[in-house]
Amino acid sequence: MARIIVVTSGKGGVGKTTTSAAMAMGLAQQGHRTAVVDFDIGLRNLDLIMGCERRVVYDFINVINGESTLNQALIRDKRCENLYILPASQTRDKEALSKEGVEKVLNELSESFEYVICDSPAGIERGANLAMYFADDAIVVTNPEVSSVRDSDRMLGILASKSRRAELGQEPIKEYLLLTRYSPARVKVGEMLSVGDVQEILALHLLGVIPESKAVLNASNSGNPVVLDEKSDAGQAYLDVVRRYLGEDVPHRFIEEEKKGLFGRLFGG
Amino acid sequence: MGLLDYFRSSRQSSAAVAKERLQILVAHERSERTKPDYLVALQRDLLEVIRKYVNVDPDAITVNMEQDEKREVLELNIILPEDGEAKKALKR
Repeated sequence: MARIIVVTSGKGGVGKTTTSAAMAMGLAQQGHRTAVVDFDIGLRNLDLIMGCERRVVYDFINVINGESTLNQALIRDKRCENLYILPASQTRDKEALSKEGVEKVLNELSESFEYVICDSPAGIERGANLAMYFADDAIVVTNPEVSSVRDSDRMLGILASKSRRAELGQEPIKEYLLLTRYSPARVKVGEMLSVGDVQEILALHLLGVIPESKAVLNASNSGNPVVLDEKSDAGQAYLDVVRRYLGEDVPHRFIEEEKKGLFGRLFGG
Repeated sequence: MGLLDYFRSSRQSSAAVAKERLQILVAHERSERTKPDYLVALQRDLLEVIRKYVNVDPDAITVNMEQDEKREVLELNIILPEDGEAKKALKR
């Protein structure tokens, strides 16, 4: 039985796909068989972030419609043998994503994977609802910014009331906060909500803080999940997040401004 | 506004303002979320009935549901108008 993780946020552009790609790669690198599924029907992008856009033959909707088998549609990652990607459909109508179809595909994935990561589209429409419906865990990706925090709270309400676990009266989805695009320097001068502020407002368990980083754009430019960039701050932060998710006790980093050395102070870093 | 106020207001950082706004908004939206769906309809019907007898303001009725571990409390709050106004309403 796989653990199903939804990466969600409500608001767009906060880093859901970046996080899905990094989490999936990180879990796979730690030795866990992982599949990552793009739920953004019509706006496929996970393939691009994962760097497998030219290898897409069949997609999620093809599998649901029985036009291909799941194994035909799954793309095996070339960097890590434990990792598979199920791309979203690019052209078809969103109605094609049915609850029964999603359940069937997730059940089949559950048989052979340890973790299934569902990359949710923005908004609270069908794709987003189905991405979270079957989840066991939810990673709520939030930027330290008013509209993102509000939308995250809205998403928490939906997770608590509209998921399968909620409808069946089972143990609720485990919710984690992932704060992305964090800038400790701006927090320090009072220009940005702090980790503490966001935690206080959302009352969520903090999974990690990803600093605002050039590495994220570099990673998506090249189609390599940022967690592979081990030298970068964001890459290290995502690796911490993966280890924390797996139960390791990893202290939080990148929350305080890095102390500049004499050199940095002289040349403004 | 005095000079002192100017300095005082400028002292609050934009992040502090954001936090305050979010706390108020999120608390409000959460309380809306936990209300059962029928509360809005109930409030509307109650208002209709009461207005047959007393001319109350549409905003004078609030219906609230509170929940703790053991029980649910349905709270109904109606603000009746001053004596004179109520009589006027009844004569009509």
